[in-house]
Amino acid sequence: MAVIRDMIPAFELFQPTSVDDALSLLAQHGDDTWVLAGGLDSFDWFKDRIKRPKVVVELSGVEELKGIRSTEDGVEIGAMTTLTEVATNSEILANYGLLAKAASQVATPQIRNQGTLGGNVSQDTRCWYYRGGWPCYRAGGNICYASAPQAMNREHCIFGADRCVAVNPSDTAPTLIALDAKMIVKRANRERVIDAEDFFIGPGTDITRMTVLRPGDLLTSIRIPATWAGASFYWEKVEDRKSWDFALVSVARAMRVSNGSITEARVVVNGVAPYPMRLDAVEAAVRGRPLSEETAQMGGEVAIRRAKALRHNDYKLPLIRNLVRRALRGRPA
Amino acid sequence: MENSPNRPAGKVPISLIVNGEHTEIAFAPHKTLLEVLREDLGLTGTKHGCELGECGTCAVLMDGQPVLSCLVLGVACSGRSISTVEGMADGPTLHPLQKAFADLGAAQCGYCTPGLLLTAEALLLDNPSPTRQAIKEALAGNLCRCTGYIKIYEAVELAAAWMRGESAEPAREILYGQR
Repeated sequence: MAVIRDMIPAFELFQPTSVDDALSLLAQHGDDTWVLAGGLDSFDWFKDRIKRPKVVVELSGVEELKGIRSTEDGVEIGAMTTLTEVATNSEILANYGLLAKAASQVATPQIRNQGTLGGNVSQDTRCWYYRGGWPCYRAGGNICYASAPQAMNREHCIFGADRCVAVNPSDTAPTLIALDAKMIVKRANRERVIDAEDFFIGPGTDITRMTVLRPGDLLTSIRIPATWAGASFYWEKVEDRKSWDFALVSVARAMRVSNGSITEARVVVNGVAPYPMRLDAVEAAVRGRPLSEETAQMGGEVAIRRAKALRHNDYKLPLIRNLVRRALRGRPA
Repeated sequence: MENSPNRPAGKVPISLIVNGEHTEIAFAPHKTLLEVLREDLGLTGTKHGCELGECGTCAVLMDGQPVLSCLVLGVACSGRSISTVEGMADGPTLHPLQKAFADLGAAQCGYCTPGLLLTAEALLLDNPSPTRQAIKEALAGNLCRCTGYIKIYEAVELAAAWMRGESAEPAREILYGQR
C-alpha cells in the first residue's frame, strides 16, 4: 500500500541532448530505466515510492524532440512538444482541430504548459488500486482489486476487460486514432512507424503496459497525415467536475459528408476500455447512410452492443451511446 | 546499488535566473524545482501543496509561463528564467495584483495566493483585459478552499484595470457586502 510521501527517492539521472544519445542511454541501462518527459505522470509514481527506477533519462534538453512542422503529407509533432503548443498551433487548429480541442481540455493551464503530447499518450492508467500500489495483475500480482465484489469501479471499463479492468486516461489518444496518426518509435538502430490504433494495447496483449513501448524504445514524434485534414470533427469529454478532471468517457469523431450522406467516418472512444477504442462496427454501420437522426440513433445502439458493465459503472453504457449519437449528428465540436 | 532516499546523492551544479538574478547553485538531481527554491535558495513564498499537480499552489513562472514547480526537476531548469512570488513587488511597492488581493480580501488563509498571483500575472501579460470567463479558465488549476473564488476574480479584474492605467476602485458592495 502506498504511503504518500513528498520526496523523490534518489536515482541516477541522465540528460541527453540528442535522440541518438537518448537511445544509447536507453540501450545501455536496460529494463530499470525510466523515460521522463513532462513529469506529470512520472513524479506521481516516484513520490509515492511505487515505481522506483534506478536510472532516469530526462528529455527536456533534446531539442529535436520538440516542435511542430509541416510535412508533404500533414504535420509532424515532436513527442516533447507541450500540450499548450499543440492546442494553439495554427496549422493544427486549421486542419486538425480535433486534436487541438482535446489537447486544450487536458487538465489545467499549468499542466498543459509542462505536459507533452508524447507523455499524454504514454501515461499510465488512473486505476486507484494499481496507482495505490496494490499488487494487482497489472503490477505483477494475480488479482484485480477493481473487479472484486466490494470494489469501487465506477471509473473502470465496459469493454476489453482481460483480468485488468483499468481504462486509458488520455484525451489526445482517441483523437490521434481518429486522425489516423502514425507514432514514430525508435530504438538503437531501428525505427518503427506504428498506426496510433496499434500503439495502445490491452491487458490481453501485455497486462503491464498501456502501449507497445518496451524498455529501450523512445517515442520520438507523431505524424498526422493529411487524410482527414479539414474534415468535420467532433470531440466531447465528460468529467465529474466542470472545471477539469480526467475524462469519465470521451468521444472523438472525424467524418466526411457528401450530398447529405456520410461517406467516411472514424469514431473513437476512451475511458471505456483499457485502450482508446475505435468503434469499427459503428463506422461500418453509418458509412453511406444519410446524415440523420435515425443514423445517429442507430450508431449509438451499435456502439454499446458488446458492452459489459461492472457493479458501479453501468452509467457508462447510456453515456457512450448518447455521446456517439451526438457525434454522429454532425454538428461541429 | 540499492536506491535509498537516505543515500547522499552527488550534487549537480546548474545556473538559472531567479527573479531576474543569475544564480549558480548545486543540488541533488532528484530534487524538484520547488525543493530547490525553498531549501537551496531560501525562497519559501512558493508553497508545497498536493505534490501531484492537483492544487496549483506551487505554481511559478518559467520563461513567463505558469508551471507547477513540484513537478519539474530543478536540473531541468538550467538556463531558464524562473519568477516566484518574491519577485513580484518592486521594493516596498506591491505589484497591482498583490495590492488588489490585499484590498479585496482575495487572500484568506493565503496558502494558494502565491500560485494564484503568478498565474494571474502571466494571464494579464498575455491579455490585459480578460473576461471573467478567461480569468476562470486561466486560474482553473489553482485551488482555493477559503474564498469561493469570487473575490479572487474581482481582484484580478481590479488589478487589470490598474495595470491598464485606469483609476478603478473596488465597488462598495465588493468591500462591504450588500447593504
